[in-house]
Amino acid sequence: MSLEAAVSEVRPAPAESFRRQEARHRAWLLAGLGMLLVAFMADLLLGPGKHPPGQVLEALVTPEQAGPLVRITLWQIRLPTALLAVLAGAGLAVAGSQMQTVLDNPLADPFTLGLASAASFGAALAVVAGISLLPLAGHLAAAGNAFVFSLLAAGMIHLLSRLRGVGLDTLVLLGIATMFTFNALLGLLQYLASPDALQQLVFWSLGSLSRPSGLKLGLIAAVLAGTLIVSRRLGWQLGALRLGGIQAQAMGVRVARLRLGMLAAMALLTAVVVAAVGTIGFVGLVAPHMARLLVGEQQRHFLPLSALCGATLMCVADLASKLVVPGLVLPIGIITALAGLPAFFLLILRRRRPS
Amino acid sequence: MHDDDLLVQSVALDGRLAIEGPLAAPAGAVTVLLGPNGAGKSTLLKALAGIEPARLEASLGGRELATLPAAERRDAFYYLPQLGNSQAALSVHEAVLLSYKTLHPGRVRPTDLARVEAALAGMGLEALAGRRLASLSGGQYQRVAIAQAVVRRPRILMMDEPTSALDLHQQLRVLEWLRAEADSGRTVLLALHDLNLAARFADRCWLLKEGRCRLAGPAGSCLTADHLEPLFDVRLEVDAGEDGAPRIQALGLRQRCVPGGEPLGSRAARV
Repeated sequence: MSLEAAVSEVRPAPAESFRRQEARHRAWLLAGLGMLLVAFMADLLLGPGKHPPGQVLEALVTPEQAGPLVRITLWQIRLPTALLAVLAGAGLAVAGSQMQTVLDNPLADPFTLGLASAASFGAALAVVAGISLLPLAGHLAAAGNAFVFSLLAAGMIHLLSRLRGVGLDTLVLLGIATMFTFNALLGLLQYLASPDALQQLVFWSLGSLSRPSGLKLGLIAAVLAGTLIVSRRLGWQLGALRLGGIQAQAMGVRVARLRLGMLAAMALLTAVVVAAVGTIGFVGLVAPHMARLLVGEQQRHFLPLSALCGATLMCVADLASKLVVPGLVLPIGIITALAGLPAFFLLILRRRRPS
Repeated sequence: MHDDDLLVQSVALDGRLAIEGPLAAPAGAVTVLLGPNGAGKSTLLKALAGIEPARLEASLGGRELATLPAAERRDAFYYLPQLGNSQAALSVHEAVLLSYKTLHPGRVRPTDLARVEAALAGMGLEALAGRRLASLSGGQYQRVAIAQAVVRRPRILMMDEPTSALDLHQQLRVLEWLRAEADSGRTVLLALHDLNLAARFADRCWLLKEGRCRLAGPAGSCLTADHLEPLFDVRLEVDAGEDGAPRIQALGLRQRCVPGGEPLGSRAARV
């Protein structure tokens, strides 16, 4: 009796330790925000163009006193690009997080499930061949096509996953098959394209932050905000999915409907991101794992932190694409692939370990 | 009739269930489903919970289940699946909170946390509250799953083999807790394999085999060698224990096996 009393004194009550855990999670969210600010500022201040960071900072704070060249570099090139990096990174990370949650598969993300390739092909179809599946024009046509194709890919994955004998863990294989299919189609487009259009196709297959516009930024921001709000409202139900389908159903979650709805929402998010920046892999895969490692899978902490991680990663990748080879801006998709592939291998090897 | 009395008239699910009632699970009683593997115990509980799309003719407190609004039905019933596990990066506390918040979504309030604390304490999980689900043993996870059921306080609590991975102490702890819940007026349905635990805690029994209900009634009249021997194809000795609850001992298989063939009894049963 006295021993038990002593033990319970040493160990904090569950309420107390839960409060501490919540505080720790909030601290991580703040830290994530801090990291993002640092990466964002670095992305603004550093880059080609031989403007010392001090001068760029001046142009940021007091644009009217700065020289015209540095002002244009900052306000018309670096700031929109950095904003696009933040939004695209957060968008891919949110899409990856929810795909991993909904499909109960740690390897799922817009890239591994083939949604990004499908969207990329759709967008290229609009830009290179001028074919628009929806009655839209310009960037909206690209985004519309991207959405149609990524929805198609998501729908196919959903249908196949409902077949008997196809487990949720087989999905990534289906996704990879989808990815190859659309990459091949993109290759076909490439073969048929004019030299001028070929230049643009490289953009879709390697990813690029280089052509930001207000429309692209606004579209991603709007869809991202929408999916975040929906995810927040459905947060508890999405969390319950992680306990297993039957258990979630017992808790009153309509599992099939929730899965399908979230997949469609994530297809839309993937589409607007890919239509703006092309295929940028692995951010959507790695960012959720970073967040999960730090705060676990309570949706209300996991999802925002995942978005912050994704945005930060994308800013850092953008920075790296400018700085790794002096005088040359590498396609950002190559940077994220080179940095993200080791993480992908690690995840596969960890999964093989018996749980 | 009590509001939480469950009365099942018929349940049909093609090829898997063909149950003809009436089966009663009154409020304030522990009703135990007994039967061999594959008898349809889990399927019946899932059908009642609305997880299996069965043709169901049943009433809760005199109201047809089919006319009950979906949301009300989801809140009233809770089905605890057979032993599961989860690789989710959630702590025990978070998992129990999650179960409660799927019922009452929104911000986490101090009263929610108090409910979670009470459920954790009820299953003796205080010490494990901070542990990740993936690190738990089978028995520990089962207690977490029970706490997830407890915290929701469903009107009809249905549990599928809730004690299968528990040690003796924890088995009795869970069943005594369920007994107390029933005594306070809740409707409790359990699928159990352990006949002696059933004998000790059941008020009523439903005996199931091959998707059909063989017998339903008060535990005392169901738990006899006459009824249980054909149900499980075994020979049993049933004595009255000192406290009145039957003690059931398995003596052996009921039928001789043909070498290299199927047991005679099962073939006979199908004819």
